[in-house]
Amino acid sequence: MTTQTVKFRIYRYDPDKDAKPYMQDISVEVDPSTERKLLDALVKLKVVDESLSFRRSCREGVCGSDAMNINGKNGLACITDLASLKQPIEVRPLPGLPVVRDLIVDMTQFFKQYHSIKPYVINNSPAPDRERLQSQEDRKELDGLYECILCACCSTSCPSFWWNPDKFVGPAGLLAAYRFIADTRDEATSERLDDLEDPYRLFRCHSIMNCVDVCPKELNPTKAIGKIKDLMVKRIS
Amino acid sequence: MVNRHVVGAHYGLRDWLVQRVTAVIMLAYTIGVLAFILLANGASFEAWQTLFACTWVKVVTTVTLFALLWHAWVGVRDIWMDYIKPVGLRLTMHVLTLLWLAGSLVYMVKVVWGV
Repeated sequence: MTTQTVKFRIYRYDPDKDAKPYMQDISVEVDPSTERKLLDALVKLKVVDESLSFRRSCREGVCGSDAMNINGKNGLACITDLASLKQPIEVRPLPGLPVVRDLIVDMTQFFKQYHSIKPYVINNSPAPDRERLQSQEDRKELDGLYECILCACCSTSCPSFWWNPDKFVGPAGLLAAYRFIADTRDEATSERLDDLEDPYRLFRCHSIMNCVDVCPKELNPTKAIGKIKDLMVKRIS
Repeated sequence: MVNRHVVGAHYGLRDWLVQRVTAVIMLAYTIGVLAFILLANGASFEAWQTLFACTWVKVVTTVTLFALLWHAWVGVRDIWMDYIKPVGLRLTMHVLTLLWLAGSLVYMVKVVWGV
């Protein structure tokens, strides 16, 4: 087996022990034929230093647990090719959220914003005998919206979310908001638009498009936000 | 007063729209002025004076300057909203910005209509 050394500079912070965060230089041997992703190397690294903490679960870009800042750009460790990264690989927690420990951040604020847009179909009409149906065209409207895995790569790369995480819904939440506004089975479009008609909740978005740049699922929150604005303009004109 | 996060001011769309419409007005005016400079030999003082002696040019210029100030108000207010967290200080900055813009408007009108 041929091994390869991968050098890291990793953000470390244990609030129980450390006065302040620091960057740790550390390296690990990986087998490039089987350990190709950043997550593989981090898991291996945990064998070298078991105190290193990070979240991970599905290891295939579906759960969104292992979102982190990799060489300055947010992404998922499990789908990031080791070979594509310049060494030493600088790994930090997602920016803008409080650090719990090492690469683990407190996502409370992120999910608060997500829940604030009521991420479920609101339909008070009597339920039909079978499910509420959509035409194929109506269903297509949801493509590029429903695939979000809530990894928070987008919202934590957005300067508007950094400055106002308590007031600005953020790209992930707004993408989800449009997912339900666009859903023909939902009957609360006006209420949803009313809720977002606010200088902070929606209009802190200045189309910086960091969200589009980092989304591991290649979704486009800026486009969805633009569509919400279009609907608001349509409503008043 | 209870310390709660309050949202729902219901003016986001108006200002977002205002910024775009005023940007279009400023762009159209800029293109017009550039066209005058390039096509009508507008670099000389006499040409400028003749142009700005027309009432419709003064009107269009005033509308554009008003658009500029309104555009600036939304942009500068956004900066205060992003970076200044204490409400009292932010409100003070808003008022000072409005006073500065109002003063600029008076001076602009004096200059344009004084030709």
